[in-house]
Amino acid sequence: MSPNTNKKAGSRSIKTGNKTIGRTSAETSAALTTTETGSKKMSVEKLRTGISSLDIIAKGGLPKTRTTLISGTAGSGKTVFGIHFLAAGIELGEPGVFVTFEESVSDVKKNMHSFGWDLAKWEKEGMLAFVDASPDPHIDTMEAGGFDLGALVARIENAVKKVKATRVTVDSLGAVFSQFSDQSMVRGELFRIASALKLMGVTAVLTAERTDDHGPVARFGVEEFIADNVMILRNALEDETRRRTIEILKFRGCDHQKGEYPFTIVPHGGVIVIPLSAMQLSMKSSDVRISSGNLALDEMTGGGFFRDSVTLLSGATGTGKTLTVAQFLQGGTEAGEKCLLLAFEESRDQLVRNAKGWGFDFEKMEEKGLLRVVCDYPDVQGLEDWLVTIQSIINDFRPQRVALDSLSALENVGTVKAFREFVIGLTSFIKHQEITGMFTSTTGSLMGGDSITESHISTLTDSIILLRYVEMFGDMKRGLTVLKMRGSWHDKAIREFTIDKGGMQMGRPFRNVTGILSGSPVHVSPADIERVWRQFDSDVGDRRQVDKPSRS
Amino acid sequence: MHEPHEAGGILSKYLLTLYVTGTSPRAQIAISNLERICQQELQGQYELEIIDVLEHPQRAEDEKILATPTLIKQLPPPLRRVIGDLSDKAKVLLGLEVRPQPAGSTTRPSAT
Repeated sequence: MSPNTNKKAGSRSIKTGNKTIGRTSAETSAALTTTETGSKKMSVEKLRTGISSLDIIAKGGLPKTRTTLISGTAGSGKTVFGIHFLAAGIELGEPGVFVTFEESVSDVKKNMHSFGWDLAKWEKEGMLAFVDASPDPHIDTMEAGGFDLGALVARIENAVKKVKATRVTVDSLGAVFSQFSDQSMVRGELFRIASALKLMGVTAVLTAERTDDHGPVARFGVEEFIADNVMILRNALEDETRRRTIEILKFRGCDHQKGEYPFTIVPHGGVIVIPLSAMQLSMKSSDVRISSGNLALDEMTGGGFFRDSVTLLSGATGTGKTLTVAQFLQGGTEAGEKCLLLAFEESRDQLVRNAKGWGFDFEKMEEKGLLRVVCDYPDVQGLEDWLVTIQSIINDFRPQRVALDSLSALENVGTVKAFREFVIGLTSFIKHQEITGMFTSTTGSLMGGDSITESHISTLTDSIILLRYVEMFGDMKRGLTVLKMRGSWHDKAIREFTIDKGGMQMGRPFRNVTGILSGSPVHVSPADIERVWRQFDSDVGDRRQVDKPSRS
Repeated sequence: MHEPHEAGGILSKYLLTLYVTGTSPRAQIAISNLERICQQELQGQYELEIIDVLEHPQRAEDEKILATPTLIKQLPPPLRRVIGDLSDKAKVLLGLEVRPQPAGSTTRPSAT
């Protein structure tokens, strides 16, 4: 259906060129023509690939009926990308052809099975055809005189016709060079294949090797003749961790997002790009308040957290972060909301036991199906993979509240950049789903101070609650303050709180101490405080009102 | 085990297939080169099939042919492939494992 119309549209703008020697028939000479972009069509149509995350950074998909070069070093995911492109098409009802120069067809089928793509089944159903151009070690071949790759072109055309393919993946161009001695011939013939693909009206992905993550686009200079569109896959080693990124280098005649985007390759998912900029733009805003699970904290935040807000809970070890999280989950389940706890610091049993100590029964909540606790070591996978895992858990469980304890545990899994991208990705994802989020972050020092986590993500979160130790006359007391809350009034006082069997008990503000946040509390006599307050007499009334302990 | 020898003949029959693209000059050159070599070296003891991959792409697919022209020697074993327009006679003979010999003497596939 569409290939035919494409062909017609294409043939109008074709200018026959007669450059290569060894042109044979009408069909192949057509394959050698060069195309010019039609001037009457102002924009290049795009083909929605079906890899949703890729479509976002490609602003709609790959340019239709054109060839896109996917260049990357060994192990950067070129073949997976190429197959995913076809698989996503087949799921949309668009048949595809896979031309392999490297791996044998049976190897490709076997390797792709782990991604949940049953290539053999699709082949049987007539949705997928292979052109096996992989080198066969059992066949002895000798070169005697000039030749071309006319047979290969004919085979590709045959396969495209057979399944009525609209997508073609050629993997990989570099491997063709190793099969023949005459490199300039191969280069010419690849150009012919690329033009033939254009004429067939298919959208093609051609993969090519590069030796370096930041060097020339591809080996053998193949990009020179099929460089309408170039995408680069990188698998760079940074601080002993591998970080995959995808970059659209150019899309001739159409728009795309610029720069490198992290991506990951997951079983049963294939290539998943993490588009950061796209996610931030589409965030909604809600003025519905939800309970933090603690009445006093609700009052301090002016009535509770916003429905789609993300709160960062910062404090030193033992200040009550996990307690606040447990409270948050309790508040959710009491309101009949589904809650998800992602715990990276404590084991499941520990969490359940500790929660019991504060009067929260996690097991019962789980039985009711209102809570899901996911515990794992942060190091089991990279941050990109964590993001994808968390997203799929959220999509599966559909919680209204998500708590993550703690971000600091994840901080060391990847680079600073990767961590920031993870937080941006997660924050925007849960906001997009109108989920209320609570992340905890552990500060390095006991008294005051801030963590790297905070300085990196504080701008991304809507509210920040600080939990701090306050040393008073030889006693360690705990203090809590709402540092920031976007779009809402909040209590500015630093309140003392205690922890008992009933959880967090909010107390009075620290009235005669100053310098808590800087980590060096100084005691001030009540007379001094009175004097200071008198200087702002207009405020005094308001202040007093607010400072009244909310629980009496 | 049972190599098909022709009754009374001492030569194994050569079974050759030549894959070409259409009726291009290169295809023509390859065909005429091959016919000349066969006549000179194989004393007519051959069967040659010429396949146009544009008409029979599936045959090219089955045989995994990439380049044209490609000459395949199916018999006698071993299977051999020679690609190119066959203008280099010495290489063609090497590829087919035929030793060029003075007229009159026996031409046999080299021992394997």
